Amino acid sequence: MGTVWFCLVAVMVAMYVLLDGLDLGAGAIHFLVAKTEEERRQVIASIGPVWDGNEVWLLAAGGTLYFAFPMLYASGFSGFYLPLMMVLWLLILRGTSIEFRNHVDSRVWIPFWDFVFSVSSLLLAVFFGAALGNVVRGVPLDGTGYFFEPLWTNFRLSEHTGILDWYTILVGVTALAALMMHGALWIRLKTSGELAERAAKVASLAWWAILVLTALLTMITFAVQPQVAANFKTWPLGYILPAIAVAGLAGVQFELRRRGELNAFLASATYLLGMLTSVVFGVYPMVLPARNPVNSLTVASAQAGAYGLKIGLIWWVIGMTLATIYLVHVYRSFAGKVSTEKNGHSYAD
Amino acid sequence: MGSALDVHRLHFAFTITFHYLFPQLTMGLALLMVILKTLALRTRDEHYNRAARFWAKIFGINFALGVVTGIPMEFQFGTNWAEFSKAAGGVIGQTLAMEGVFSFFLESSFLGLFLYGEKKLGPIGHWWAGFLVFLGSWMSGYLIVATDAWMQHPTGYRLLPGGEIELASFWGLLLNPWALAQYAHNMLGAVQTGCFVMAAVGAFYLLTRREPLHGRTFLRIGVTVGVIAAVLQLVPTGDLQGKMVALHQPPTLAAMEGLFLSQQGAPITIFGQPDVDKRRLDNPLEVPAMLSFLTYRQWQAHIRGLDAFPEDQWPDKIELLYYSYHIMVGLGTIFIAVMGLAALLLWRHKLYESRWMLWVLMLSVPLPYIANTAGWLTAELGRQPWLIYGLMHTAHGVSPRVIAGNAWFTLLGFMGMYTVLAILWLFLIYQEIERGPEPDSAVPSPQVSPASAD
Repeated sequence: MGTVWFCLVAVMVAMYVLLDGLDLGAGAIHFLVAKTEEERRQVIASIGPVWDGNEVWLLAAGGTLYFAFPMLYASGFSGFYLPLMMVLWLLILRGTSIEFRNHVDSRVWIPFWDFVFSVSSLLLAVFFGAALGNVVRGVPLDGTGYFFEPLWTNFRLSEHTGILDWYTILVGVTALAALMMHGALWIRLKTSGELAERAAKVASLAWWAILVLTALLTMITFAVQPQVAANFKTWPLGYILPAIAVAGLAGVQFELRRRGELNAFLASATYLLGMLTSVVFGVYPMVLPARNPVNSLTVASAQAGAYGLKIGLIWWVIGMTLATIYLVHVYRSFAGKVSTEKNGHSYAD
Repeated sequence: MGSALDVHRLHFAFTITFHYLFPQLTMGLALLMVILKTLALRTRDEHYNRAARFWAKIFGINFALGVVTGIPMEFQFGTNWAEFSKAAGGVIGQTLAMEGVFSFFLESSFLGLFLYGEKKLGPIGHWWAGFLVFLGSWMSGYLIVATDAWMQHPTGYRLLPGGEIELASFWGLLLNPWALAQYAHNMLGAVQTGCFVMAAVGAFYLLTRREPLHGRTFLRIGVTVGVIAAVLQLVPTGDLQGKMVALHQPPTLAAMEGLFLSQQGAPITIFGQPDVDKRRLDNPLEVPAMLSFLTYRQWQAHIRGLDAFPEDQWPDKIELLYYSYHIMVGLGTIFIAVMGLAALLLWRHKLYESRWMLWVLMLSVPLPYIANTAGWLTAELGRQPWLIYGLMHTAHGVSPRVIAGNAWFTLLGFMGMYTVLAILWLFLIYQEIERGPEPDSAVPSPQVSPASAD
């Protein structure tokens, strides 16, 4: 039952990355692709109706993690105290900037919120990447099941790691590149004209960065976290997951060349999905690896009582079925290109 | 405030107090907007749709702030209260996860459609979008209250030898009697905030002689729903809540009332300052035997004062608890008077011309916020020294590795950020009220008799 929930939480986190990733990425390249006030309005309009729902996946995944693996929630969240709080501040700033931006028509108000939106999105992409890096690398858990990581120590992979070291920064940068591409492909899909063309350019530049970084990171990760190699050796079928990532990445390049808009975005989503599932597969059965492997939290040691997990499965399936229906409904209602007329748009008054 | 425990408590108290400024309005307004949309459907009068669109804008700003300040709440259980989460996450994680899965997806999906899809959805579809936003926000309210109720009065659990608490009955957790009573009481509080805000904006429009039709509609709906909510807040929900506290948390009742000595025919205190060291109330203004009557419906019933309990079972901030409770009850009484009087004037067709009453309604707008905050302070301070009543002390629930220095760092960060958000909030809400609803162009002049607006 623990493994089932391990997979379900992973699915929810993956959904969060795929969905909120598109608006985080759009934010990170906001000033790169949108040169005029009107273009920036279109970028915001392309994510306006969906960003809030996308972020709900983070909350829902957090809640699910909480009741399925209480020990992990307690240990991980208190151990990552400082970076998590900063993530919360960035989420507050970002949500505020999207919602407040269009309330006052002023040459001071709008650029200010555009700036806040872009910087907070960019930093969030890096932070989330670094967080993933921390989980893969392992944290300084001791026998009590707790740890506390400072923001940085000496940036090396020693016993006393900080949140930021060269490995986690590298993962953070890779995540930023991946979400920039994801966001750029979304903007390309939702807008037209010069804005969409610039987004395509950013996407193809990011693509090369991702290619190099992914290759580099994969090699390093096998050295940093021995469990990854061990798992692929035990279950060779797992190679299908990185293969999905490679196929997705190749698909992006292919679709960029033949100017497929939706397909390019979906290929990027496939790449992200392949990467995330590879990571999850690589660390299983650990849910939070420790620098000293003896202290790692595993599915078995962190899971909640059997009754709660069983009853949870019932309402989870019902709830997620409903959520999927809403999701499809909302994305279909706001399908198509963002309108270019100032007063004709469906969002942002 | 040196110890990490105090900082962690203040951290949660500050962030949740600020957060709850927004949901109390959006939950109340969600109901009122459904009423407006229903009136629009039934009367086929576009006026009500214009009114609903105006309130949807106010709702949207408050909802956005509720979302961004709400995310830190869920996370703080893990970041600042790790021992509590480790022990009880298997139980309260259920309700918190259900809130995300059932309420937030519903709300976030249909709010977008409600705010921006009116033309596309048509009148019936738009009513449904509004109704689903209402349903989502009220469901979310229930799941949060059920979480708190479990901490106040744990049900449906099993205690494991290692100190972990396991879920034993899903329905036991979800249908906790404490949750049902607390939910009714809490939601009425939210409805009152919505009603006072709506009535205040209506009064503002009439006093400034603009938007007369909208002003009247806002007043009529705010006062009509408001007077019902104000009465139900006291009887039966407040009364029920008090009896629950008397039954399950007797030291809390004594501390709330400032009753240091056990006695028969215990009085209820209207006014006075508790002196905890000397175990007495200074300058007391009391109604004799009233507390006994209200609690047990017998004038001579025996009520246990704080002296009946060992000091380590006393709530640790008795003064603050006492004042919170008295402020809540005092304001609740004032609300019945204000809304009752306004309703009487409305019924006699005099409300729209009674400038003094309009002034009172307009200036009352901060009071329901204060009352709701004081009510939650009463509940949470009253639960002390327990984090989970009878099962876990607050002191044992904090994160063992998060030192005071780190907690202060993030608390000050939140304080700074929320100060800015509060200023922006007031500015944006004032701007929307200034802009006002779309005028009723179909009506040639504001000289409409009050009766026809009814």
